[in-house]
Amino acid sequence: MSDTLAPSGPSASSGAEILVLVAHPEIEQSRANRRLMGSARELQASSRAGRVEVRDLYALYPDYLVDVQVEQAALAAARLIVWQQPIHWYGMPPLLKLWVDDVLSFGWAYGPGGTALRGKDLWLVASTGGPEESYRPDSYNRYAFDAFLPPYEQTAALCGMRFLPPFMLHGAHKASEAQIAEHAAIYAKRLAEYPQWPELEGLGEGVACEVPLTARPIENVMEEV
Amino acid sequence: MEHGTWLTSLLVYLGAAVLAVPVARFLGLGSIIGYLGAGILIGPWVFGFVTDPQDILRFAEFGVVLMLFLVGLELEPQRLWALRKPIFGWGNVQLFGSAALLAAAALALGIDWRLAVVAAIGLAMSSTAIGLGVLAERNMLATTSGENILSVSLLQDVAAIPILALIPFLAIAHGHEGAGGGWLGAAKAIGTIAAIILGGRLLLRPMLRWIAMSETPEIFTAASLLLVVATAALMNVVGLSMALGAFLAGVLLAESEYRRELETDIEPFKGLLLGLFFIAVGMSIDFAVVRQQPGPIAGVVVAFLAVKALALWAMARAMPIPRLERPVFIILLAQGGEFGFVVFQAAAQAGVIAAPVSSFLVAAVAISMLLTPLLLFAADRWWIPFLAGSKRRGDVEELREPQHEPVVIAGFGRYGQIVGRMLYANGVKPTVLDHDAEAIEALRKFGWRVHYGDATRLDLMRTAGADKARVVVVAIDDLQQSVECAKMVRENFPNVTVVARARNVQHYYELYELGVTLIERETLDSALMTARSTLELLGWQPHQARNLALRFRRHNVAQLAAIAPHRKDEARLIAAAKQGRQQLEELFAIERQQSTERQARAGWSADPPSTT
Repeated sequence: MSDTLAPSGPSASSGAEILVLVAHPEIEQSRANRRLMGSARELQASSRAGRVEVRDLYALYPDYLVDVQVEQAALAAARLIVWQQPIHWYGMPPLLKLWVDDVLSFGWAYGPGGTALRGKDLWLVASTGGPEESYRPDSYNRYAFDAFLPPYEQTAALCGMRFLPPFMLHGAHKASEAQIAEHAAIYAKRLAEYPQWPELEGLGEGVACEVPLTARPIENVMEEV
Repeated sequence: MEHGTWLTSLLVYLGAAVLAVPVARFLGLGSIIGYLGAGILIGPWVFGFVTDPQDILRFAEFGVVLMLFLVGLELEPQRLWALRKPIFGWGNVQLFGSAALLAAAALALGIDWRLAVVAAIGLAMSSTAIGLGVLAERNMLATTSGENILSVSLLQDVAAIPILALIPFLAIAHGHEGAGGGWLGAAKAIGTIAAIILGGRLLLRPMLRWIAMSETPEIFTAASLLLVVATAALMNVVGLSMALGAFLAGVLLAESEYRRELETDIEPFKGLLLGLFFIAVGMSIDFAVVRQQPGPIAGVVVAFLAVKALALWAMARAMPIPRLERPVFIILLAQGGEFGFVVFQAAAQAGVIAAPVSSFLVAAVAISMLLTPLLLFAADRWWIPFLAGSKRRGDVEELREPQHEPVVIAGFGRYGQIVGRMLYANGVKPTVLDHDAEAIEALRKFGWRVHYGDATRLDLMRTAGADKARVVVVAIDDLQQSVECAKMVRENFPNVTVVARARNVQHYYELYELGVTLIERETLDSALMTARSTLELLGWQPHQARNLALRFRRHNVAQLAAIAPHRKDEARLIAAAKQGRQQLEELFAIERQQSTERQARAGWSADPPSTT
């Protein structure tokens, strides 16, 4: 699923070491994610060329037509891939999910010959509306937040990527300006310092998951691993 | 002025034009009256710098020829074909209706029938030069009245041929020698027109391409002029109207890729020669005749203008021409014209009318041409506001109050209205401009606030708030005006973003080259929706059809940008377009193939959706 004419239009990528993919369907209503994206953008502007690229998926693809070729080129150049998103219904906003469906294709990101992402890092930077206390068996979200992470972790693992510890902001609706500002500052600092992160030392390599050719007859309908 | 002093004449002409035209414009009278005034001043009756205006007139007539070539360039053959009814219907009604009324009036006054017929036909003609000049100056060529004025002028050009051929026959009654070989002449004339049309279709474009390949701009200019001169000369040899020939050549080139270049090359020559033509008309007013018989001349001028105006008013009602455009229509066609000069001269030479009578009539025509800009000026001040006011006070007045909205929409037809409604629905109140008075009336009935005004005018756009706006939406349907408007906004309001509607790909590129980046082709998205529906009916899933349409669109837009550098080179343009189409077809075919293979591997039915 890729057009042969390489578009140099509005969706073109600069191919940076740190690729920040922002997916928020209503970024103008957002408090936390807008600030976080702003911090990442500032970093992109102030660091050397080729260090950080911020891609606002909802601005790039308002019609939900992901440019697979451009996205794969951006991924190939990156070492750290950041998914910056609000948690919606315990998972990804729809465009990010579509991005995963289209871009992480069989034979490219996973399966036979699918080694394009092997060895890269995936970092989830997410916010939840509900406070951390709501993610407990006795509260309305009923599960600890970690219980919702396996789909993310396994997506990374299937592509041979390391899944870095997520960077979360819980209770984003009620967070104070100061809290959000502090959160955004840490975010920027971590992006700036990557890959000099203390916790990366004990993390080891990603899990290898080989998918046989016969396992996947139909690829463009849905990812049903 | 005859011997070697052409430098002095040049000095006089240019000096007079440069002084008189800005003064006239400053007084709000338009450039044409400036030229006419300059002609009167330097002519034999005031300062006497120039004594033989007839020579100049013949030379300057070429300005009219160039103008008709340019008018032809604006008119694709299909549009000309669509105008056949106004040309042959209303054109004949105007010419022969007016002539019949004038002749009847003259006969009623007991004038000799030959003189009555010649005078009536000569006076029924209108000045193409002034008519089209004014229309261009006012940006009205694309309006109903503009098209009708053009149609009537064209018919007069056509009709002039048989009229000039027939005038000597009137003299036969006097015992003079008539023009022989009428049939042979007609055959030659038809043959020439056929040759121009065939030659224009088959030879002109390859020839221009070959010349353009030499990449010597002045040779292209020379070739453009040569083309017009050669066509005119050819027509002249067989006794046809030079202007008509140039017009035909223009129409034949209207669809060619060299249209714009021809236009920019010819334009300055046309402007100057046309100016010279008006100067010559001013010079040729015989003030001796005027001084001897001021009363009769004034009487004839007023009478023939009134009679023609009556006929035109009836036509304007029957056509119908929008009320507010009627004054211009009537004034421009009521005046006499340069064909009148030719008719009277021919008649005098053939001995149908006496030389002093011919001078008298020429003076009457020239005075009517001089009056036209003044009448238009008066109409703008009193008649048109009166018509506007008589419908409902202040309804279709031009926008005067400064506006301060963030968005200005230029053109509120089918396209602009959708843009406007979407903005209104979201609480954005754009300032809307349109220059179709009738449409504005109708829109206002539906409660839209639409201002009357020409969006290609800088002052008006400033009043509309384009200097403070963030976005100017150019949704004008006329290609040329749209480009003009976009160019003017880009040049004068650099902080405003232009969002434009394109009629077609050529229009798209013209806007693109002005630096406009947000351009939508008006048919692309609706056609893609139609393609989606069709694919769905053939068995594609709706979502798949949507994806294919969106990907087709993205490919198409990217390709448009990729081809942009070659757009003037037709051969490469076609090659690149074909290649792009092939790429997309191959891509989609490969995907279908892969999908079939996958399904086969999984033991599923290999039927593609199209066969279900």
